[in-house]
Amino acid sequence: MRKITTYLGSVASVLVAAGAVQADSSDPIIIPIHNWSSQIVMSNVVGQMFETMGNHVEYVTTDSQAVYESVRLGDVSLELEVWEGAFGASFRAALEKGGLHDAGTHNAVTREDWWYPMWTKEACPGLPDWQALNECAAAFATPETGDKGRFLGGPVDWLKHDQERVDALGMNFVVVNAGSAAALWAEIGAAEAEKKPIVLFNWTPNFAEAVWPGEFVNFPTWEEGCNEDAAVGPNPDVTYDCGNPANGYLKIAAWDGMKEKWPDAYAALTKISFTNAQIAEMAKLVDVDEMEPEDAAAEWLAANESVWKPWVE
Amino acid sequence: MAMTDVSSDRRDRRLAAPRAAVILLSLALLLTLAKPLLPAFLTRVPDGAVLPYDLWMQSLFDFIKDDLGLIHVTRAISAALEWLLDITANLLYGKNRWPHVGPIPWSAVAAVAAVTGYALGGARMAVLAGGTFVWVALIGQWDLAMQTMSVIAVAAPVAVLTGLLLGLAAWKFPRFERALMPFLAVLQTLPFFTYLLPAVIFFKVGPTAGCIATVAYAIPPMVLMTTLGLKAVSDEVVEAGKMSGSTRWQMLRHVYIPSARTELLVGVNQVIMLSLAMVVLTAFIGMPGLGAKLLSLMNSLKLGRSFEIGVTIVLIAVTLDRCSKAWVIKQPQHFERGTPWWKRNGLLLTGIGAFVAFVILAQIVQVADHITRAQDLSMGAEIDDVIRAILSNGVVTSITEWLRWFLITWVLIPFRNALLWLPTPAVILAIAAAGHAVGGWRSSLTAGAFFAIVALTGWWDRSIITLYAVISAVILAAMIGLPLGILAARRKKWAEPILLVCDTAQTFPSFIYLIPAIMLFGVNDVSVVFAIFIFATVPLMRYTIEGIRAVPEELLEAADMSGATRRQKLVNVQLPLALPTMAVGFNQAIMFAFFMVIIAAFIGTQDLGQELQKTLAGNQLGKNFVLGICVALMALSFDHIIMRWSANQRRKLGV
Repeated sequence: MRKITTYLGSVASVLVAAGAVQADSSDPIIIPIHNWSSQIVMSNVVGQMFETMGNHVEYVTTDSQAVYESVRLGDVSLELEVWEGAFGASFRAALEKGGLHDAGTHNAVTREDWWYPMWTKEACPGLPDWQALNECAAAFATPETGDKGRFLGGPVDWLKHDQERVDALGMNFVVVNAGSAAALWAEIGAAEAEKKPIVLFNWTPNFAEAVWPGEFVNFPTWEEGCNEDAAVGPNPDVTYDCGNPANGYLKIAAWDGMKEKWPDAYAALTKISFTNAQIAEMAKLVDVDEMEPEDAAAEWLAANESVWKPWVE
Repeated sequence: MAMTDVSSDRRDRRLAAPRAAVILLSLALLLTLAKPLLPAFLTRVPDGAVLPYDLWMQSLFDFIKDDLGLIHVTRAISAALEWLLDITANLLYGKNRWPHVGPIPWSAVAAVAAVTGYALGGARMAVLAGGTFVWVALIGQWDLAMQTMSVIAVAAPVAVLTGLLLGLAAWKFPRFERALMPFLAVLQTLPFFTYLLPAVIFFKVGPTAGCIATVAYAIPPMVLMTTLGLKAVSDEVVEAGKMSGSTRWQMLRHVYIPSARTELLVGVNQVIMLSLAMVVLTAFIGMPGLGAKLLSLMNSLKLGRSFEIGVTIVLIAVTLDRCSKAWVIKQPQHFERGTPWWKRNGLLLTGIGAFVAFVILAQIVQVADHITRAQDLSMGAEIDDVIRAILSNGVVTSITEWLRWFLITWVLIPFRNALLWLPTPAVILAIAAAGHAVGGWRSSLTAGAFFAIVALTGWWDRSIITLYAVISAVILAAMIGLPLGILAARRKKWAEPILLVCDTAQTFPSFIYLIPAIMLFGVNDVSVVFAIFIFATVPLMRYTIEGIRAVPEELLEAADMSGATRRQKLVNVQLPLALPTMAVGFNQAIMFAFFMVIIAAFIGTQDLGQELQKTLAGNQLGKNFVLGICVALMALSFDHIIMRWSANQRRKLGV
């Protein structure tokens, strides 16, 4: 309910502002695209939406961490997928420096945590419980980790606290960090052939759900303050003894100058809110149906007019 | 008299040199053996002595950027670049910018490429050049390839021109050369992650930043080849020019530059190849086209289509490489007096004619204009299946699993732990000893100081892990690349195909290796070493082949006449003479390895590359730069020592 009122509030204020200033600038709105499908398609969807409003749009490929500096400087106009877990730190750092702001939150919730593909359950039937996982740690052992199990973590620049959690919960696991999302997929792909058990970092919404069915490991439920206050969580003596929040935010960031330069587009942007199902659908069009991102976006827009038409009016 | 004095003096010094090196090395050994007894500050630089260099660098950057206003200068440069990039972008793929005429139909581009190929190297080159562009169009990558080309079409000429001017200045003013050379060396060894943030901040994310990063990476060989070429112009030619009363400009335009033509064109060739090597990496900072597509395909594990993009990049690289090399060999053509102009410019006219014809044809026939997704011949899904079948084949996986176990438990981890165990001063002394052995006290101090700086930054352990991956991969590369190179050099039939494999391996985007490496060996050091190994073997093989081939025919005949067997000829004549050249290849392999080890952070490492990757998340420019300098300094120490040794050998052999 609070969300709706803030939306209404922002819509109203934008409408007032739109009445006062002239139409959008004819300069192109620059939308950054990264290297995962849902973000690329979503960027194309929003770009094509802006185009129906008469704006010019251009896309630029960028690194997903360095992009916040570019939004701040106004080199790109917005960022459509700010994941709480992966990019929260960069986003907050940029917010502090100034130049960009939080322009809305998607309906979608994100979850980033330890995950396994379904076939892993054969080797470790007690899953998804974390204690059961810990008991079959040996099934996940590799030459690098000796007799302990291997947990394949995400890239270090995603700033996860897997090692702290392993220590806090006293798990028989070693954290090995992969260097990129592609490295994670390559490991699943390699494990798939022989149905080898594997536990690794994964997140939703994500194309991998469609390709490899799987589940998240159930850790002690996240409680606010778990990472800072030792008293919170099952072990009263240590921090980081919880799973990650199961409902992280997915935000939209915008350059501060956008509101004045393209008031109409900005107004539409603040209304945008995609759900998990919609994001998964966008990713599927590219990853499974092998469409080009711009065609996938056009197809999605054609099939979902009732969703986005109200945003651009 | 004076002559003999100098030479005996030199001999004395050469005799003295090994002695000092031995002392330094023994000191290093002593420190290593005494490690259990050493106080902590002699094994590692204590934390208290590590000064906050990253914070200082950060404030320095902020000062230069905001207070000195450098950002306004760089932003003005990027505005100018953007104007150029918009023109090529409009012509090649129809971006909505002035002059609003593009995109040029693919068939017209392919026709012009074929005619250009014919002009440079005859029918074979015409097929290669035309065929490449036809392939690109048929496989459905035309727009992507043209997005890439639109940036390279600006970056390569800018790099060539700037390199030429810098090279000219370095040739004219020796003092400028002395200042420029270290700067270029650092530029070449600085890891890619260190370019990324400054390029984005100073030059705006997008094609402009991609263009600038490409230019920065591609410029050094152009500068070096320009000064080299101009220095080598013979005095007689210069005299002749002066006697005919040339002005300074005429001397440059009609005497120096034509005489240095070959070196200059080799520089151009290098610029083109290095620009293509950056296609994928610059996608992180906004370079559009093939690289960006490749990254997103790899992130959804589409190996087949990634592979096709790799093939496209190789084909474009090979075409441009062969064409520019053909241009090096081709001498200017001279016509008889009175030849009509259309005969002189026959090929130019053919090219224009073909271009116009295809542009008109494209207006009528859609396929000649552009090829849609439904029409292309991409076989991504099928290739995907083949690659996966190979990678998950039982025999292959059982071999790789054993290799993984063996290398991790018996080779790599013990080696890494041993290197990490060494006390810091022992490593520095050993490097200084190597420096002294090849270049006296100056080299010793330089190499030792470089490593000492690395130690003082407090990133020693990470640096040693980086070094460990580099050394392991280069040793492996030497074990496999050197025998193959020797074999290829001795059988003429083998040399050509192996050199072609080298070219392909070098231009095939390194990112594509990473995925199969992980699928074969998993996320660990074996994959890292494997990825570096592929990249580092190429220069080793190439320089071995070229070194052995360049041994003068007379010496071989002399060996034959004195009744040497093939083996004796190889061990006693060919290899010793080829050794300096092979050392250059070895040096290149190490430089490539330092480049690749940082890229291998995408597999997952615990070295400087991983720390560099972390700095991107917080936009920590200062720390990023400190880490980058650590990589550059280690690479430069090796570069200095090996190149010095190679030069000494050459002098001794009198070649």
